[in-house]
Amino acid sequence: MNGCYINGIANISAQKTADPNSFLGDVIAHEELIFRSHEFNYKDYIKPSAMRRMSKSVKMGVATSKMALSAAELEMPDAIITGTGMGCRQDSEIFLEKILYNDEQFLTPTLFIQSTHNTVGGQIALGLGCKAYNVTYVQASVSFETSVIDAQLMLSESPDKNILVGGIDEIAKNSTLLHTLDGHIKSEKLPILDLLDSKTSGTVCSEGATFVVLGGEKTKNSVAKIVDVETKNSATPEEIKVEIQRFMRRNEITIDDIDAVVLGNNGNVEYNHYYKNVQDSLFSNTEQLCYKHLIGEYHTASAFGFYIASKVFQFGNVPSVLKVNDIRAKTYKNILLYNQYRAKNHSIALLQQC
Amino acid sequence: MNKGIAITGMGIISSIGNTVAENLNALLAESDGISRIKFLETRHKDAIMVGEIKKTNEELVQELGLNAINNFSRTAMIGSIAAKEALLDAGIEEIDEYRTGFISGTSVGGMDMTEQHYLDYHKKTTNRRYIEAQHAGFTTQSISAYLGIKGYVSTISTACSSAANAIMLGARLVKAGKIDRIIVGGTDALSKFTINGFGTLMILSDEQCTPFDNDRKGLNLGEASAYLVLESDEIVAKTNKKVYGHVRGWANANDAYHQTASSSDGEGAYLAMKQALEVADIAVDDIDYVNAHGTATINNDLSEGIAMTRIFGEDKVPTFSSTKAFTGHTLAAAGGVEAVYSILSLQENMIFPNLNFKTQMEEFNLVPQTSILSKKMHTVLSNSFGFGGNCSTLIFSK
Repeated sequence: MNGCYINGIANISAQKTADPNSFLGDVIAHEELIFRSHEFNYKDYIKPSAMRRMSKSVKMGVATSKMALSAAELEMPDAIITGTGMGCRQDSEIFLEKILYNDEQFLTPTLFIQSTHNTVGGQIALGLGCKAYNVTYVQASVSFETSVIDAQLMLSESPDKNILVGGIDEIAKNSTLLHTLDGHIKSEKLPILDLLDSKTSGTVCSEGATFVVLGGEKTKNSVAKIVDVETKNSATPEEIKVEIQRFMRRNEITIDDIDAVVLGNNGNVEYNHYYKNVQDSLFSNTEQLCYKHLIGEYHTASAFGFYIASKVFQFGNVPSVLKVNDIRAKTYKNILLYNQYRAKNHSIALLQQC
Repeated sequence: MNKGIAITGMGIISSIGNTVAENLNALLAESDGISRIKFLETRHKDAIMVGEIKKTNEELVQELGLNAINNFSRTAMIGSIAAKEALLDAGIEEIDEYRTGFISGTSVGGMDMTEQHYLDYHKKTTNRRYIEAQHAGFTTQSISAYLGIKGYVSTISTACSSAANAIMLGARLVKAGKIDRIIVGGTDALSKFTINGFGTLMILSDEQCTPFDNDRKGLNLGEASAYLVLESDEIVAKTNKKVYGHVRGWANANDAYHQTASSSDGEGAYLAMKQALEVADIAVDDIDYVNAHGTATINNDLSEGIAMTRIFGEDKVPTFSSTKAFTGHTLAAAGGVEAVYSILSLQENMIFPNLNFKTQMEEFNLVPQTSILSKKMHTVLSNSFGFGGNCSTLIFSK
């Protein structure tokens, strides 16, 4: 069977994660329910002339993709696959508001041109002059995972390829705020570092980008092997437990082989039982890590699980801010990820040290 | 030999019909679905022609048997209608009998609801159930819930090539044995957002569109949904089902030229067609018919035409037509709609015409098929291109 190796990874989030040599050393304590990604010197990666017209997600996507390519020492990928829940929501929102406020008059094309979900993938291709396969997935909280599944499939078809895969989501002023009205975002403020202990429904919202370069062969730059990824559109907590067990069996691995589990807990009491059900049973003797109290929730936030696993393998230890129980693994060889959003779009992934 | 992936079911709703049978009748009758806008509220009502599905949202709710208080966007409703027809057509009653997935392409998803309610959400609580419709993936969520599909569900949004990419991915997943059967295609409803968006690009025609005509004035937007059911050879053998044809070749390439415009040498389109022929392992001469993207914009038809002359040779381009003069450009659904028409073409041994064509383009000597043509069919090539440089080609065979 062919492999799927992460040969380069980069991340921009509400924490200082853009620096490849640190791993959550200096944590930012956010206070707002909707919080932006940590400001970052985009000029190192994007020409100011090009940057002027770029929305946040294009900037984050282009910069992160360049960092990941450089970590993998790759100039030209053989495919570009992006995942995004919201797409270029800022530009879509402004275009929509102009339509609604001006009765469909006085519109200009730039916002519309940049509003499509595949704008980031298209802009990266344009920047690189990459004429290869280019697809964008927009399936809520499995947008990144479905992109990885496509890449894995492609590596099983042609193992020589190097595939650039990314997950990007941005906050848009008004459309994001609308989710305070339908209960997706909490109504009362809290220190975001305490998010996981919240006793209320809803969650927070942030933004970010994660890019990986995936290849079929292990290289000197490989940081992790993606053994398997699975998505499930809807399931009960019990069905998820069974699904995780089936997933482990399929990959010929037992619970004792799992050194740590990375979970997508987001402080929403209404849906927390999906995590609690496996935290209290399957994983009661496994080191448990969570991250959304640091980087917030957004559709491609789960890509941060891939980032954490890669960093744990690379650094050999786990920053205490991620730990949610007292179990400590001796070494880190296998890390399992599980994420869901409001009982829908579940993902399970297994990453291995390489 | 590479036989391809079996197609066992089809479903479609478009401006020329609410079922596969109605669409076929309209194609054979050369009866288009292009008209002035009847339902959508827009100030451009009398300025453009569109391919509108002549059903109100209330009628769609009733047809699907949804509760009066539901959160289905129009995009999700027409998607549910077409996907349901495809499942029925494939004789699938028990979804969970095999590993069953769903991949839908959409460009704006539930924008039709977002633009109706966006300004009222803060003032009124009544329609807040539609807030989530602003996520394109939510459309797919609604359809998969309606069909009862709980496993692998995904949405592709590569603008106007979305459904073609969904079909391609579905074929690859079945081929690799990752899934036993999958429903693939796309859905897009008309919205003010797209009408105004394409309006700012000055590529909307105020008359019926005329693909590949020297005097073409731009495209007609349309709304539609269309899905195919793809199944593994094992299921087909076990259940002895009818097979309409096979998805035999596929490719996706990027023009890497401009965010919205196509290159003058049609490089992306050329690469997509070339690679799809390679995947299908057939020669250019094996193509009996090309269902072109043919949007009737100045830019697309020139770029696609040049790509066709490059791949086939200017004097050897197979019989081709764009069916967009029937349906309008149905954006993310177009690849699904035209997949259904390509398969009907194989089934019926008929080539559906490129309506409204009068004058050959001066840049090359390509003339599309302008009337119904009866021809022994084996293999059809279908193109779908989109913003972001996305170029996809599918090859269907008997």
